[in-house]
Amino acid sequence: MNVFFSQEVPLSWYLLLSAVLFSLGVVGFLIKRNLITVFMSIELMLNGVNLSFVTFAHQWHAVKGQIFVFFVMMVAAAEAAVGLAIIIAVFRARATLAVDRIDRMKL
Amino acid sequence: MNGPLYLWLIPLIPFAGFLINGILGRRLPKWIVTTVALVTPLAAFGVVFNAAATIYVYILPPCVPCGPPDWGIIHLPYTETFPLPWIDIAALHVDFSFVLDQLSLVMLLVVTGVGLLIHVYSVGYMKNDEGYARYFSYLSLFLFFMTVLVLAGNALVMFIGWEGVGLASYLLIGFWFQKKSAADAGKKAFIVNRIGDFGFLIAMFLLVANFGTLTFTEIATKLGQDPGWNGGVVTVIALCLMMGAAGKSAQLPLYIWLPDAMEGPTPVSALIHAATMVTAGVYMVARIHVLFDHSPFALGVVATVGAATAIFAATIALVQNDIKRVLAYSTISQLGYMFLGCGVAAYSAAIFHLMTHAFFKALLFLAAGSVIHGLGGEQDLRKMGGLWKKLPVTFAVMTVGVLAISGIPPFAGFFSKDAILYAAFFQGTNGKILYSVGLLTALLTAFYMARLWYMTFLGEPRSPQSHPHESPWSMRGPLLILAALSICGGWIWLYGFGEFLAPVLGARVAETGGWRLLIPYTQYSLSLETVLSIVAVLFALEGWLIADKFYRRKPARPAQLAAALPESYKLLANKYFVDEFYGATIVKPLLSFSKIFLEWVVDVGILGGAAWLLGGMATFAGAILQRWQSGNLRSYAAWLAAGAAAVLLFLLVPWTTVLAYFAAIHLGMAGH
Repeated sequence: MNVFFSQEVPLSWYLLLSAVLFSLGVVGFLIKRNLITVFMSIELMLNGVNLSFVTFAHQWHAVKGQIFVFFVMMVAAAEAAVGLAIIIAVFRARATLAVDRIDRMKL
Repeated sequence: MNGPLYLWLIPLIPFAGFLINGILGRRLPKWIVTTVALVTPLAAFGVVFNAAATIYVYILPPCVPCGPPDWGIIHLPYTETFPLPWIDIAALHVDFSFVLDQLSLVMLLVVTGVGLLIHVYSVGYMKNDEGYARYFSYLSLFLFFMTVLVLAGNALVMFIGWEGVGLASYLLIGFWFQKKSAADAGKKAFIVNRIGDFGFLIAMFLLVANFGTLTFTEIATKLGQDPGWNGGVVTVIALCLMMGAAGKSAQLPLYIWLPDAMEGPTPVSALIHAATMVTAGVYMVARIHVLFDHSPFALGVVATVGAATAIFAATIALVQNDIKRVLAYSTISQLGYMFLGCGVAAYSAAIFHLMTHAFFKALLFLAAGSVIHGLGGEQDLRKMGGLWKKLPVTFAVMTVGVLAISGIPPFAGFFSKDAILYAAFFQGTNGKILYSVGLLTALLTAFYMARLWYMTFLGEPRSPQSHPHESPWSMRGPLLILAALSICGGWIWLYGFGEFLAPVLGARVAETGGWRLLIPYTQYSLSLETVLSIVAVLFALEGWLIADKFYRRKPARPAQLAAALPESYKLLANKYFVDEFYGATIVKPLLSFSKIFLEWVVDVGILGGAAWLLGGMATFAGAILQRWQSGNLRSYAAWLAAGAAAVLLFLLVPWTTVLAYFAAIHLGMAGH
């Protein structure tokens, strides 16, 4: 058992991957103009967070983290449905998906 | 509150009338308004009458010489207190209490009795006025506050009534508020009264500070216990109270509001500005007279102010041409008499004069109202004349009133004026001067009242186009009752009215050299008394004779006299320019101060500037911060990320360690 565990991927790697995924999501969210790409960046951030949840749950043998991940995935699915619907509606109304040009509510 | 006399009903019934007529009056048919307006004062008068009858039956002996009173089941003063404490702070305890004693009983009978008559009169007088219900609601409100004032067992409850009658007076003076002069007169009355009320308030603070109580009986007890209370703070309190009384009762130098108050409806002038409210100052001085008894100086001030006001106002009344203004100055003059009586510690005489004055002055005002009503609103004496044929009832009652105020026996005014003059004559140091002033005033009074009488009723009609008509019975009835009271009202003095009031007002501290007005006329050796009375009557007759000469036998004489003494005439006709003097010395500087300092500097400068500064700062900050709201989704996201990063930085960096490290470097460098 010990041998098996000692050959396991270290915890920090998981966390590093999680941080990289999250940062990619943030950067993508900030620099991308296409609404769909922005949306995908959000998903990326969520999954980065999910990964750290799962990592810690595994580390501490706590099932709470796993459950939380299921919740996040469920909310993300719902959000994807609503979000895509909004994107379609926006595209129909404005014929564009460029984030910078959807600014009608500006002062 | 409970008790066999139901004192609490006396103010509450008029208050109910005020509520009904004030809230619903405009929607109710007129006959209901009239019914409410008549039933409420009648019921209040009924309660008072019941109390008086109870006291008469149980307390008073059948006649004065029959021996000491048999204090049956009700003891005077009889108190009704609201069961819950009103103000209870540390040592200060103030109850909402009503007190009935001989003094408040007399005053209540006058207030509700004359009030009732004037309500009846008003039904006729105000018949065609648009504000019929409003008028009666104000009148009921006045009765409510006036009875509170009279019944008050302590200075604070009295102050409620005191302020309340001021409010009712303001509302009724400005009753025809569309007229600018009426609205201004209301404001003037209210503001001048504020000056007096300021004195009353200061007096109350001093009472609490020095006596720890506002209850009249407790103040008297404390003063009685300690003979050391003389002068000093007692004088200050008494003078502050006198200031309040001078405001309410239109004495020098605060009398200026009363002549202007004649802008109100005439029944109001009769009830509030002649018979009841303006006598509240006299009542207050009498009610709290123990304080004045302990301060000869304050008494001297009261007497001097009274005498000065009496003759001052009488001289102005000589040349006024508005029938109501003559009566207004006459009221001021008669109130001066009352203060003269208070000032020589003849409180019973003052209250007696208050009562008779309420009768004959209400009568005179209502009769004047009847004349004005009959002439369709004409108030100028110069346009009247020869009315005795057209207005016979008014003429008859006015004659009674004129005789009563002039002090002709056996009318009411003779007894009360005589009692005051008699008391003044015997007052120690300045008594003879006060007496002479009073006597001269009596002459002037007889003159200007006779002048009014001649100009109104005798001679030839001076404005032939008018068709004067006699007033309806609702107006003539009260006039006849008041006329009867003006004839007979003074006789109670002979039946020991002074002795009746003596338990409340009689005693005076011995060392001030006071004289007690306890000896009824019938028992006194009549020699000096008779001489003084005869002198007073002769003076009154002399005044009448001069008026007869001026206005009947030689009608050209007044104009000649005015032409011969133009300066004096101008001075009197313009009321000694007191209004102008106040205008120049007080009102105008105050207005300028308000305009320049309060409006421009404080209001526009400081307050407005501060508001603009705050607004400007907010606008400026908004102008900068609005750039944040770019509408750019990605910039929002960037700020969000930056914020999250900042939070992370704050949480993850061990700031205490870092600070300690830098501190160590710094200290280490300092150490080297």
